[in-house]
Amino acid sequence: MKSLDDLKKIRDNAQKKVTMRGKNDGIRVLVGMATCGISAGARPVMNRFVEIVDKQDLENVTITPVGCIGECAIEPIVEVLIDDKRTTYCKVDVDGVDRIIKEHIIGGKVVDDYVIGKYRI
Amino acid sequence: MLERAHVLICSGSNCVSRGAKTLRDEFEEHLDRLDIRSEIKLVNTGCVGLCEQGPFVIVYPEGVFYAQIKPKHIKEICEEHLYKGRIVEKLVFNDALTETKEVLALDEVRFYKKQYKIAMRNCGFINPDDIEEYIAKDGYRGLGKALLDMTPKEVIDEMTESGLRGRGGGGFPTGVKWGFAYNNDSDQKYVICNADEGDPGAFMDRAILEGDPHSILEGLMIAGYAIGASKGYIYVRIEYPTAIEKLKNAIKQAKELGLIGNNIFGTDFSFDIEIRLGAGAFVCGEETALIASIEGERGMSRNKPPFPAAKGLWGKPTIINNVETLANIPAIMFNGAEWFGRVGTDKNKGTKVFSLGGNIVNAGLVEVPLGTTLRDVIYDIGGGIPNNKALKAVQTGGPSGGAIPEHLLDIPIEYETLIDAGSMMGSGGMVVIDEDSCMVDICRFYLDFTVDESCGKCTPCREGTKKMLEMLNIISSGHGTLETIDQLETLAKMVKSSSLCGLGQAAPNPILSMLDHFRDEFEAHVVDKTCPGGVCKALINFFITDKCIGCTKCAQNCPVDCISGTIKQLHTIDQSACIKCGACQNVCPVDAIITT
Repeated sequence: MKSLDDLKKIRDNAQKKVTMRGKNDGIRVLVGMATCGISAGARPVMNRFVEIVDKQDLENVTITPVGCIGECAIEPIVEVLIDDKRTTYCKVDVDGVDRIIKEHIIGGKVVDDYVIGKYRI
Repeated sequence: MLERAHVLICSGSNCVSRGAKTLRDEFEEHLDRLDIRSEIKLVNTGCVGLCEQGPFVIVYPEGVFYAQIKPKHIKEICEEHLYKGRIVEKLVFNDALTETKEVLALDEVRFYKKQYKIAMRNCGFINPDDIEEYIAKDGYRGLGKALLDMTPKEVIDEMTESGLRGRGGGGFPTGVKWGFAYNNDSDQKYVICNADEGDPGAFMDRAILEGDPHSILEGLMIAGYAIGASKGYIYVRIEYPTAIEKLKNAIKQAKELGLIGNNIFGTDFSFDIEIRLGAGAFVCGEETALIASIEGERGMSRNKPPFPAAKGLWGKPTIINNVETLANIPAIMFNGAEWFGRVGTDKNKGTKVFSLGGNIVNAGLVEVPLGTTLRDVIYDIGGGIPNNKALKAVQTGGPSGGAIPEHLLDIPIEYETLIDAGSMMGSGGMVVIDEDSCMVDICRFYLDFTVDESCGKCTPCREGTKKMLEMLNIISSGHGTLETIDQLETLAKMVKSSSLCGLGQAAPNPILSMLDHFRDEFEAHVVDKTCPGGVCKALINFFITDKCIGCTKCAQNCPVDCISGTIKQLHTIDQSACIKCGACQNVCPVDAIITT
């Protein structure tokens, strides 16, 4: 350890290891991963989210598998929570994930093509 | 690939002894089977505090707090929660479920809500075997700040200003202590971490050593820089194998990164840390005995002065700080004295960790701001007394402390107020005593401990503690008189004032404090020949009331066959033959057996 910068470098690289733990005020992506979701292809969808979040270093985004959201017919369902706003997407595929991240999570604009409803919680 | 979920498995000694060791293997197996192993990160952490409910598994990002987890539960957690995202409600810690069955995140649970973590900031949160996780939580930045931006004098001034006081129990201002050693010129100085935690029932130091070993190393180095020492020792008892293992690993990793070694951060400061193992003698927690033990001598205390800050290890100026004190230091250095001063009260800044035990629902480790009331700790955080029993007293300070009765529960926890109440802060043991306990018996327990642990160097402690225990035995056996109590009190005061070191000076404290607050209970033993708590065997008798249904269970279980009676008839105990073992009371299905 020759300087404080060396330490900071390790720290910045290691941040990823622990940011997930503790209070989470960032953006949350919930992927419906009940049996219906999984059979409709939710797993590649979730993996795609994780992959892009990792690649693009989107530190404030966490991806959580959740249980059945209820509308089994239109799975895979993905919900994006930003502050108190909840957006629900349905029939999400891998391309959809790319668009949701690019246009919604980064761009701030809801991807109308996939949305089933917008409402306040 | 980035892991989408972190699974933290509490691997503190308490949880390991409750079977946490195999949990990780179970996780590995089921995650592999579900083919999601690469998505989940498994982290073995240190103690999360709520030992009564262990072992724990905490799943992030949700912060779901699973309690009392056994290997057989892991399959369900993997399949339901980690694979399908359905939280397994029945395994979630009870207090983390709202009335509507909503799952609360860890920091919203009642046990943690009133706590404030400084010393234990990383325990249960980071992997103690991974230095990078410590660095990610701003680890070693306090050291960097001290070495690069501050002179040793400024470091000491910052410590003094922060108001941190020794957490080993004495409460001496840490900065002032450092100042003494700083002002003593010498070619070599030493810093020592006192990890010889020995109070019965206290385990906060172990939890920090196991859960966040790097904070101790960093604290030790800051102390070394401040007083001008290049060598640090950690004196830890061999009874803490996990702590030793984590410390060794932490030292190795810090050396690899050049955080321990020569020219740290490119400065002139060099530092080395060595672990010294103690055999687990209580007296070695006393500074001079600890130094003697490190030097290879028999662990015995000596007269002070000279204080270690002037003449310590190998005759050189030496600073000895307790584990919890050291754990606070990196945080104070990094965030500043002013930050630390915002927590606690005027003369008692910061927090204190207590190991909450005895008759309490949520036994475990709690860290609260100084100035919190005992009532808050016991009822709000600790969850109160089990089985709706009434609280009789709280014992703080272990064998060196005393008992605080119920009517004083609203005093704030501060070094001074606890002494005024006849007890002391001590290293942080907090034993809750309910109405079914006998104060004489508790005194006997503590004296039994100090008799064993007295090093024998000075007569008042060696002989006095033994005589005090004998007197307590006489009182407890019903053979005492009021005079015995007076003699006990006189002897206790004598031992307190004439013993050589802290062990003997504090050994009579439990007796003096109990006599102060619960003298009537002692008198009941010698005058009425009864034990109000129903504990002292010689003074209690077992009786069968007419609640008896004649099931014969008691008679079958009596080891001396002193219970007679036929089936479906009221049984009776032959008092002359009864050995008062209580076996009958334990097996009675209708609670018909009482003690008087």
